[in-house]
Amino acid sequence: MEKKTPIYDRHVELKGRMVPFAGYMLPVQYETGVITEHNAVRNTCGLFDVSHMGQIVIQGSDALENMNMLLTNSFTNMSDGRARYSPMCNPEGGTIDDLIVFRISKDKYLLGVNAANRDKDFDWIKGNVKGNVEVIDISDDIAQVALQGPNSYDILRKLTNNIPEKYYSFLENVAIDGINCFVSKTGYTGELGYEISCSKEDGVRLWNLLLDTGRDFGLIPCGLGARDTLRLEAGMPLYGHELSEDISPLEASLDFAVKMDKEDFIGKEGIRKKGANRRRVGLRITGRGIARENCDVFVDGKKVGLTTSGTHSPTLGYPIAMALVDKDHTETGTEVVVSVRGREIPAVICDLPFYTRVK
Amino acid sequence: MKGKRFYLKTHEWVEFIDEKTARIGISDFAQQELGDIVFVNLPEVGDDVVAGEGFAEVESVKSISEVYSPVTGVVKSVNEKLQDNPELVNEDAYDAWFVEVGDISAKEELLTEEEYNEFLESEN
Repeated sequence: MEKKTPIYDRHVELKGRMVPFAGYMLPVQYETGVITEHNAVRNTCGLFDVSHMGQIVIQGSDALENMNMLLTNSFTNMSDGRARYSPMCNPEGGTIDDLIVFRISKDKYLLGVNAANRDKDFDWIKGNVKGNVEVIDISDDIAQVALQGPNSYDILRKLTNNIPEKYYSFLENVAIDGINCFVSKTGYTGELGYEISCSKEDGVRLWNLLLDTGRDFGLIPCGLGARDTLRLEAGMPLYGHELSEDISPLEASLDFAVKMDKEDFIGKEGIRKKGANRRRVGLRITGRGIARENCDVFVDGKKVGLTTSGTHSPTLGYPIAMALVDKDHTETGTEVVVSVRGREIPAVICDLPFYTRVK
Repeated sequence: MKGKRFYLKTHEWVEFIDEKTARIGISDFAQQELGDIVFVNLPEVGDDVVAGEGFAEVESVKSISEVYSPVTGVVKSVNEKLQDNPELVNEDAYDAWFVEVGDISAKEELLTEEEYNEFLESEN
């Protein structure tokens, strides 16, 4: 039986098409449809219910040491009020999850984790922390929405003056019509945007307030369908596709978030041993057809990789995919063939992200 | 039969041009269920189609669906417009035919429009 987010009833009223996802019933789209919702985020603004995401607090005087040990990124040089992306690995170098760390203070961190991995992450962290540190899963107490798109700042500005300025920074205790909010300048769309959380009791009121305020700015509610096409265009990995317990973050081309020069962290040796004989790349499909996940990729008739996600890109107007490909065939411009249900479709390896917003 | 539209429970429509020739597409209900259609994979002229078997695929942003043939015959022409403008299926599902089939030798059990609408209601 799937759980409902605190905003579930509103999605039903708004005629969201509800589907099970990571243990929750969430709207895959509203009546507007995936492409309209996708375009709203690129051109005006979209509002997503992301209350399903997990939130785990790690606090105590040994919190920083544990963060550096548990995660592949480094947190030593991080300031309060900043956010940082990081994979979390098993000793073999496979990826347990990818998450965002919010540094509240040197002794307190909030981890935003994938809904599907929440319990696994909590157990893993609990089982691996050392010293004076406490691990708390606060996911069930919180509602969270993502306000994404070029108009997101203007909409938020109507409701508060207290808006995080820098990309990957956040503010606590932001009052939005009396609702106590945690506001971060983060997102999963490649667009200007904010993620806003509050207590679950205030979730519906926050949702309604944002939708009402945003109406004049072209804000519409958006579902999981658009969330997926947006993150794909932005070249962002999705756990279970580009990342898994068998895929190392280096294979997923997340080098920027893996600090191999750190003294030690869980998975360091495993990642080194595993190497990166395959790498995550982008594919621009040049033929007719859409390559989704698990399609074989060939160069000169030889299998060199496998797609991990793919869709029709509404912004670019052609199909795109991501794939894990043998490192010898990852050069931009390499012509490949993707096998889609028995049909061979030509494609070209290209740089990620597919889409970068114009600032 | 001529000029009238019939349906399959799998949400395809067929419209007979004469006894041996018909156009095939997907129903308005089907296009609504699929959402934004972004790709239609059509057979080629000269391909055989078989009543009750898949002959095309229609892809929305999120999903792929097989399209089943209401008749057995040979593909006489395909709607090339759908290759570049698959969204035509969303705009008018009954104008956006997929293929024209000739030499029809067999048919699936076809529903009239009324029967199809009743079927949709009973399913909901």
